[in-house]
Amino acid sequence: MKSLEELKAIREKMQGQVGFRSENEDGTRVVVGMATCGIASGARPVLNELVKQVNDRKLTDVAVTQTGCIGLCQYEPIVEVYKPGEEKVTYVKMTADKAVEVLEKHVLGGTVVEDYTLNKIKL
Amino acid sequence: MYRSHVLVCGGTGCTSSGSQEILQNLEQELKKNGLEDEIAIVKTGCHGLCAKGPIMVVYPDAVFYSEVKPEDVAEIVSEHLLKGRPVERLIYDENEPEESRVSLNDTNFYKKQTRIALRNCGVINPENIDEYIATRGYEALGKVLTEMTPDEVIQLILDSGLRGRGGAGFPTGLKWRFASGNRGNVQKYVCCNADEGDPGAFMDRSVLEGDPHVVLEAMAIAGYAIGSNQGYIYVRAEYPIAIERLRIAIGQAREYGLLGKDIFGTGFDFDIDLRLGAGAFVCGEETALMTSIEGNRGEPRPRPPFPAVKGLFGKPTILNNVETWANIPQIILNGPEWFSSVGTEKSKGTKVFALGGKINNTGLVEIPMGTTLRTVIEDIGGGIPGGKKFKAAQTGGPSGGCIPAEHFDIEIDYDNLLAIGSMMGSGGLIVMDEDNCMVDIAKFFLQFTVDESCGKCTPCRVGTKRMLEILDKITEGKGTMEDLTTLEDLAYYIKESALCGLGQTAPNPVLSTLRYFRDEYEAHIKEKKCPAGVCKSLINFYIDPDKCKGCTLCARNCPANAIKGEVRNPHVIDIEKCVKCGTCMDNCKFGAIIKK
Ligand SMILES: Cc1cc2nc3c(=O)[nH]c(=O)nc-3n(C[C@H](O)[C@H](O)[C@H](O)COP(=O)(O)O)c2cc1C
Ligand code: SF4
Ligand code: SF4
Repeated sequence: MKSLEELKAIREKMQGQVGFRSENEDGTRVVVGMATCGIASGARPVLNELVKQVNDRKLTDVAVTQTGCIGLCQYEPIVEVYKPGEEKVTYVKMTADKAVEVLEKHVLGGTVVEDYTLNKIKL
Repeated sequence: MYRSHVLVCGGTGCTSSGSQEILQNLEQELKKNGLEDEIAIVKTGCHGLCAKGPIMVVYPDAVFYSEVKPEDVAEIVSEHLLKGRPVERLIYDENEPEESRVSLNDTNFYKKQTRIALRNCGVINPENIDEYIATRGYEALGKVLTEMTPDEVIQLILDSGLRGRGGAGFPTGLKWRFASGNRGNVQKYVCCNADEGDPGAFMDRSVLEGDPHVVLEAMAIAGYAIGSNQGYIYVRAEYPIAIERLRIAIGQAREYGLLGKDIFGTGFDFDIDLRLGAGAFVCGEETALMTSIEGNRGEPRPRPPFPAVKGLFGKPTILNNVETWANIPQIILNGPEWFSSVGTEKSKGTKVFALGGKINNTGLVEIPMGTTLRTVIEDIGGGIPGGKKFKAAQTGGPSGGCIPAEHFDIEIDYDNLLAIGSMMGSGGLIVMDEDNCMVDIAKFFLQFTVDESCGKCTPCRVGTKRMLEILDKITEGKGTMEDLTTLEDLAYYIKESALCGLGQTAPNPVLSTLRYFRDEYEAHIKEKKCPAGVCKSLINFYIDPDKCKGCTLCARNCPANAIKGEVRNPHVIDIEKCVKCGTCMDNCKFGAIIKK
């Protein structure tokens, strides 16, 4: 190892492998941070509610998946919405109810719920 | 890209309870279900909850399975990994079924712990350097080599307040500073003490098995700080898994150029070799350890000169314990303030303990300094089996002492333990309940030091033997009150005059039990009674004729043929023939056997 850059490259490659991602390239992906930090602050009910809603509404092109630590632990539970061809939107400090709102307004309705986004809360 | 990781514990505890077979079944089942590209199997080091092994953890949801059997694997794969339904019956639940606990961090066992030294144990695959790097491994080494001067590194360790975890608690930064003079002009050595001779302790083994690279990285950092290019890890040959993982780790680090010449292109060279010890307790003592690495018989020598001046091969040397090393990279990355924010005023950070004896969760725990003994035993350790009463806890092994029930709320740190006549030690914590005889405990530890004394100096070789003979006399009911005085006198002489730490601390278990449980010693001497019913010479077995139903079970099981009686009539034990094995007591369904 001749440089720190080499170390960093290995780390980044490995972190990608350690994070958990499912591969649904076409539809919308809703990713819930389910690392220690997320679960501790209540990500589990958020995930369960999302899975249930998607199931109940028979939304076939929406995949709810889990991921590891996103690195913003103080903002957990975190939900990220990836719509094809659009920028990722990061929602923070989520609850089951807020998550349903995001599902209805953003994932289905197409309007980002600004009030819950990372940018809004950080400012 | 894997969607889920299944961690299977490959520590010594879980390996011996069958985790190898579980791994094999898991591989087969994943293949059978076509999941091998979706789900990764990671063989990790110790998770700490060894009593409930084999342990399996499924991420990302952190479902914690305990006592998994090879035949359970198929169900876990088809239910949990395929359909996402955790197998409830295998989930570790801390005897609290009303709250279904699924996440491992929600359990009391983990909630009250802070993991710094054990950060990666049970999380990464210790045989894959890339996984260590993914958790910021070798970043601290890169940082010190490219951004810090050697003196800044030493100052940072000093500022963190880190003290040695091998027993004595000497400030690590200070030790490094003593050895830091004349960099570049003299050969120096960096050594790791992985001898771990304290009976019942396995903290260091778990770090080496679960996260071997952390020790390599830390030693290289110290090499840079004091100006050394060679390290040695002295590890006992009884730790085959640890040795194997260290070998793999050293090989991988060399391949990546993280050990060897010109590390990170900075011109700094450092390499590490293993030296295997034959498992003598005295070889954990620093001067004996170095003598042993030199290829001589492992006997201590007088200090001064201290190793920082004249150590291995007569050159300036630093020696630190495995757990001490495991803290270093985290301190460099997160800063000394971060580290010193954990713990008490004079004891910073955390300490790993191996919980053993009369406790439900035997295993490995890492707690912030200042955690109370009560928290460790009741919350993390899950209390004492069978609802028995806590009597004392032994820390510091054969060099330490006991903490009696009156100090149950003591905040565990170096100074508090010393103040009550015990010591932190390397981390063995043995819990004793009302059924333990404290004289017998003292005898056990003294027997250990008598066996392990190297014999070089008289106070230890002869003195501890005399003390043991007196304890033997007392437990046989032949002791006198004068014996107690002789015992105390001998103890003080040995402490004052023995050559090395082994002899100097050997009387501690006797002194501390005398301090807190003198009444038990006196009961053995004056009343010829062992209050806990342990010392065989002082107890007899009887059958209560009112309770005995004459079922004949005891008579049929007695190995000495000491029980006589007709069916459906009270039985009687012939005290002359009885060998006091206790089999009758264990067998009797009516509680008719009395021990007194
Ligand atoms: C008899 C005896 C046995 C010891 N055994 C060990 C041991 O197994 N592991 C250990 O790290 N330190 C052991 N020590 C302490 C070492 O001598 C030394 O203090 C320690 O390794 C220094 O590292 P530290 O400052 O990081 O604790 C022992 C000391 C004595 C007197
Ligand atoms: S105190 Fe005991 S172990 Fe230490 S040198 Fe003397 S005889 Fe050997
Ligand atoms: S204690 Fe053992 S030897 Fe004695 S009577 Fe009972 S079973 Fe027999």
